Amino acid sequence: MATKTRTVEVALGSAGVDASGRAVRTPMTVTENGAVSTLEPPAMAAAPELQGEHMLINIGPQHPATHGVLRLVLELDGETVVRCIPHIGYLHCGFEKIGEYRQYNQIIPWTDREDYLNSIGNNVAFSIGAERLFGVEVPPRCTVLRVIAMELSRIISHLVWLGTTCIDLGAFTPFLWSFQERENVYNLLESWVGARLTTTATRVGGMAADIPDGWVEQLRGFIRTFPKTVDECDRMLTKNGIWVGRTVGLGVMSSDEAINHGLSGPMLRASGVAYDVRKDFPYLDYETYDFEVPVGSNGDVYDRYLVRVEELRQSTRILAQAVDRLPDGPVNSSDHRVILPAKNRAMSDMESMIHHFKQVMEGPRPPVGEVYVPVESPKGEKGYYFVSDGTAKPVRWRIRPPSYVNLSAIPKMVEGHLLSDVIAINASIDIVMGEIDR
Amino acid sequence: MSSPFAPVLPGSAIAGGAAPATPRDVPERGGPANPSAAAIAATFPASFIRSEVVWGDTTVYLRGDNLIGVVRWLHDDPSQRYDYLSDVTAVEYRDPEQELEVVWHLRSLPYRRFLRLKVPLAKGAPLVVDSVWPVYKGADWLERECYDMFGITFRGHPDLRRILMWESFREGFPLRKDFPLRGRFSRAEQLRQALSITTEGRYSMEELSVAQAFEDLPEDMRRRLSGGERTGE
Repeated sequence: MATKTRTVEVALGSAGVDASGRAVRTPMTVTENGAVSTLEPPAMAAAPELQGEHMLINIGPQHPATHGVLRLVLELDGETVVRCIPHIGYLHCGFEKIGEYRQYNQIIPWTDREDYLNSIGNNVAFSIGAERLFGVEVPPRCTVLRVIAMELSRIISHLVWLGTTCIDLGAFTPFLWSFQERENVYNLLESWVGARLTTTATRVGGMAADIPDGWVEQLRGFIRTFPKTVDECDRMLTKNGIWVGRTVGLGVMSSDEAINHGLSGPMLRASGVAYDVRKDFPYLDYETYDFEVPVGSNGDVYDRYLVRVEELRQSTRILAQAVDRLPDGPVNSSDHRVILPAKNRAMSDMESMIHHFKQVMEGPRPPVGEVYVPVESPKGEKGYYFVSDGTAKPVRWRIRPPSYVNLSAIPKMVEGHLLSDVIAINASIDIVMGEIDR
Repeated sequence: MSSPFAPVLPGSAIAGGAAPATPRDVPERGGPANPSAAAIAATFPASFIRSEVVWGDTTVYLRGDNLIGVVRWLHDDPSQRYDYLSDVTAVEYRDPEQELEVVWHLRSLPYRRFLRLKVPLAKGAPLVVDSVWPVYKGADWLERECYDMFGITFRGHPDLRRILMWESFREGFPLRKDFPLRGRFSRAEQLRQALSITTEGRYSMEELSVAQAFEDLPEDMRRRLSGGERTGE
């Protein structure tokens, strides 16, 4: 069996520190099936020709390490996975079907509930798509607020990923740190839109609400303190011998394979593909923000971890720039095809009242057409595809779920790995079953 | 051949082009078309029906008979290089006369291009179209979902099974317009079916044969599984 050696700087407790307190560089041996050893590789004895019975093991759908109702049927040879057959659909509720029976603004609450770690990001993504379909432009303040919303939700999602993955691999402390910070972001969202998880923060043509007084100062406080937590988690994990040993060399996807399997987001970037929708197909003026796209070099679970931690820092950078440039002005478009008339006018002026009534009861009508608008969600490329036949309800509302496509590569990623590594690989995909099953 | 992990930069094939920017004032119809549409029309005149630009995105309507040939050319040709499959889905219109459309969203990372392919399928005939799985491995689950939700058969797909609905789902294809929002069966019938389901039925024939649990099953279930009983057909 071929082995490749890769040197990772590891702190192995007291044994990994030299006399002056610096971490000792320990050569790591990574075999092709991903096993990692910090010792020199033993001379390979000829593998004995053992023909054992294959065993079938079922993980999930009710299992804490499957991050939702995912079911994996694994065929094992000893402890090695020979084949993996994933089963999904336990959370299927037909969002796309329901969307065909709802007006555009009425669909926005459903977008909260698909990728529920990124709910405000989904609201924004939906509104960008619907506005392209209606041909509506939003004012600059709205655009910047939406960037803030998307980056906050990226931070939430990556923090949940970090915390739960640590739990899966046996580390409890970073879970507490990351969930504490997540709580801070939820407090910010709560004082903005009134809800923590199911935000429904946007409307077609604007936002449900402008930020309250003093909110920007709260956000600045978060931007100031948050990088410290990221650094703490980084110090705790990146050179931790157990963490490295359980993540390096697992679930490797080369860049060609990753592109061909349609992976996106941190999964794709960990394989060395610098594809980020924010850079390559920008929306919300992302091209005017100064940030970098972290790219991995080995395509394994460890690199996906490194990419996500770096994205937390980059999101904080974007947040800081967005706060600095936040302009004054209205948050809603002035386009009366999608925006309700002001309350005082609707109550005093007959024409405005009729307009208000028709907007609410019949809903705004986009022209005949179709749009597919991708955004960079924390999981990858999320796209909303609308087809309109000119009525107030879409003919087709399609969600392109990034973690659905990312999860479809799991049989390839876990083959040849140990059963316990399946947990790490599955965690590294960052799945949300609400989005996969929809 | 470079290393499998050599950084891949999107936009690498564009010589000295401007950095991409957020689209503004996108016209409803018309505007700059993706050059690949004209290239398809020139290279595959028999497959090409028409192309249009809607809200800035180019859509190419194709006949389904040589779809895999067109897609393979789009993937391999050095002037196209559509290496990334974003999405496979279908659209059924409210007008029952109108054809059903299968939609592919392709992306070229080196050229930073986006292309929508559509194959219209007449309602009367069997809904069959080529699978693009031989070119894009990511099409596997996307096509299974499309089969599950619309009943479109993808010719050449290695494992076309239901994915979101369960194997024994008999009500049809949920995203078709003739499928009622509340489902085809009554709540009582759905409950009866749910209660009569056997737990072993949650494993496929293929999985049970691996486990050697197959031999331990009751005779009628073995017969049912060996018959390759499938759903929705």
